[in-house]
Amino acid sequence: MAEKLLDVSDLKVRFATEDGIVRAVDGVSFELERGKVLGIVGESGSGKSVTAMTLMGLTRGVNARFEGEILYKGTNLLEISDRDMQNYRGNELGMIFQDPMTSLNPVYRIGEQIAEAIRAHDDVDKRRARARAIELLRQVGIPNPDSRVDDFPHQFSGGMRQRAMIAMALSCNPSILIADEPTTALDVTIQAQIVELIGRLKDDFDSAVIFITHDLGVIADIADEIMVMYAGRIVEHGTKRDVFYDPQMPYTWGLLGSIPRLDRPRPERLHTIEGMPPSLINLPEGCKFRPRCPHVLEKCTEEPGLENRVDTPGHLDRCWLDVGFKRGHRDETIAGGSAEAA
Amino acid sequence: MGAFLVRRVIGMILVLIAVSFIVYLIFVKIPGGNPADRIAGRTATQANIVAIEHKLGLNHPFVVQWYDMVKALLSGTLISYYDGTNVVGQIKEGLPATFSLCIGAGIIWLFFGILVGTISAATAGRFSDRTITALALVGISLPVAWLGLILRYIFAEGGATSVFPDGGYVPLTQNPVQWLFHLLLPWLTLAVLFIGFYGRVLRSNILDTINEDFVRTAKAKGLSPRRIMVKHVLRASLIPIVTLFGLDFASVLGGGAIITETVYTLHGVGYYAYQSIEAQDLPPLMGVTLYGAAFIVVFSTLVDVAYAYLDPRIRLS
Repeated sequence: MAEKLLDVSDLKVRFATEDGIVRAVDGVSFELERGKVLGIVGESGSGKSVTAMTLMGLTRGVNARFEGEILYKGTNLLEISDRDMQNYRGNELGMIFQDPMTSLNPVYRIGEQIAEAIRAHDDVDKRRARARAIELLRQVGIPNPDSRVDDFPHQFSGGMRQRAMIAMALSCNPSILIADEPTTALDVTIQAQIVELIGRLKDDFDSAVIFITHDLGVIADIADEIMVMYAGRIVEHGTKRDVFYDPQMPYTWGLLGSIPRLDRPRPERLHTIEGMPPSLINLPEGCKFRPRCPHVLEKCTEEPGLENRVDTPGHLDRCWLDVGFKRGHRDETIAGGSAEAA
Repeated sequence: MGAFLVRRVIGMILVLIAVSFIVYLIFVKIPGGNPADRIAGRTATQANIVAIEHKLGLNHPFVVQWYDMVKALLSGTLISYYDGTNVVGQIKEGLPATFSLCIGAGIIWLFFGILVGTISAATAGRFSDRTITALALVGISLPVAWLGLILRYIFAEGGATSVFPDGGYVPLTQNPVQWLFHLLLPWLTLAVLFIGFYGRVLRSNILDTINEDFVRTAKAKGLSPRRIMVKHVLRASLIPIVTLFGLDFASVLGGGAIITETVYTLHGVGYYAYQSIEAQDLPPLMGVTLYGAAFIVVFSTLVDVAYAYLDPRIRLS
């Protein structure tokens, strides 16, 4: 069995705001092993980014409260000091973000920014750090890294900027790479390249990846496990195969139905999930997806636990619906408008 | 860069020509503006006035008068209507005092403005921030003339708390200690307003920058809070301060510290400007205005060059 890098149990993150307490993450548990890719999927406001930022200690602040445990190689990251957390960031856990234009500092050269990350953790001189920055740029596929290392971010294209971000995040050889919507701001053709690059570098660097996206299609190739989040909690968790071929949560169906597909008859329009995600200050009673769910039962006013309800072990969901009923009806949503039109 | 400088120099010359023209126009067109009237005195006859106009060249067409004055100014032969002193010579005499006042005050206000703004932003919402904010507002609101007189009254006019000399200027080359001693109060007076203002501007810049994505990236790299603040936040937040400082510093160097120089009887360019305004003496005013305008246009070019250095996305083209 591969080394267990991360063991998150019952993580809760709350923020005090002027409008009230925001329960951004509410009881999230998962594990991550070396070499694996965990996909976290959900809409904006589902708590997926807050979960990732909390792993990095980036949500720490006077208005934030944390509960539960984030065990990284046995150390609870929620309990260590800010100063100790600094040594984990970049060194043990690397992170890349959504918009590579704004995530890089516009006034420093690409190479300086990578070298800065290296020198934050390793005691090397500027020349060696620069040489390593060039090597990293070559590994992420930047052409002519010897000269491009001295470019400023605005001289790079969007895809190259994200490659540079990846080089920076991997510069200290972290065990976990957290990618928070790394492809959202990129052209579709570039998206696939970046996903492929992340998958390849994960093997080269022998690390694990947490890949956050709102688009299940993006992680179809790369993810080993998928976690679907809604209203700050996990609503479905399983292997990629489980989630794509035997989804148990009507919310997951909606996400699957919103991916355009070429291997099926073209629907008149893609599926959309009606309504908006609930406010994280005033959550609905019972199942949080209930107000938007097409198959509500009376029982749904009571919140279902995250349990294994199907015959595949490890496939967890939060839905009271009968498994047989779900298997019979879910294609109406997943196939989108075409099923209704038929 | 070369083409940029050529274009800017041509621009500066045009601006200075326009400024001189407008100053002359205003001066001749304001009520009671005719210098000959004033020089001739209250009981002058029409013949006296005409004679003086003739002597000063005021009977020429407007454009010719203006041209003659600018030419005289540039060749250093322009003299005051009022006391016949050489305008360029008077400005030169005022330079040491003005430069001493402004460079010292500029260093003080830039240093403390940045310090106060950074502390205020770093402790935003807490006691020190609120205290600094309140003091900054007081500093911005205090009229310079009032503050200058109060400081003089308390610290320089011979009372129990009087520790500084009461006004005047001692050249640096003559006695550095006395130079410093004479200038401390004027520096403070001139700097207070700017410290408050820069502190407020920098505070809000920093608080905006802290939320930028690249600052989050810097944190995610594992940099220390101090390094994030200095290398990433402050660097970006200081760019607008450079503009403010360039223009403010140019305006005080250019004789804009009129009130401070007058309150402390520092015989600098500002004091000369004040005297000339009182005497409605056109030639010195023309000289001082063009001298000040030259500083403004030169420094605004320097600001642009500094900008291109601070932000590589900006190209001087």
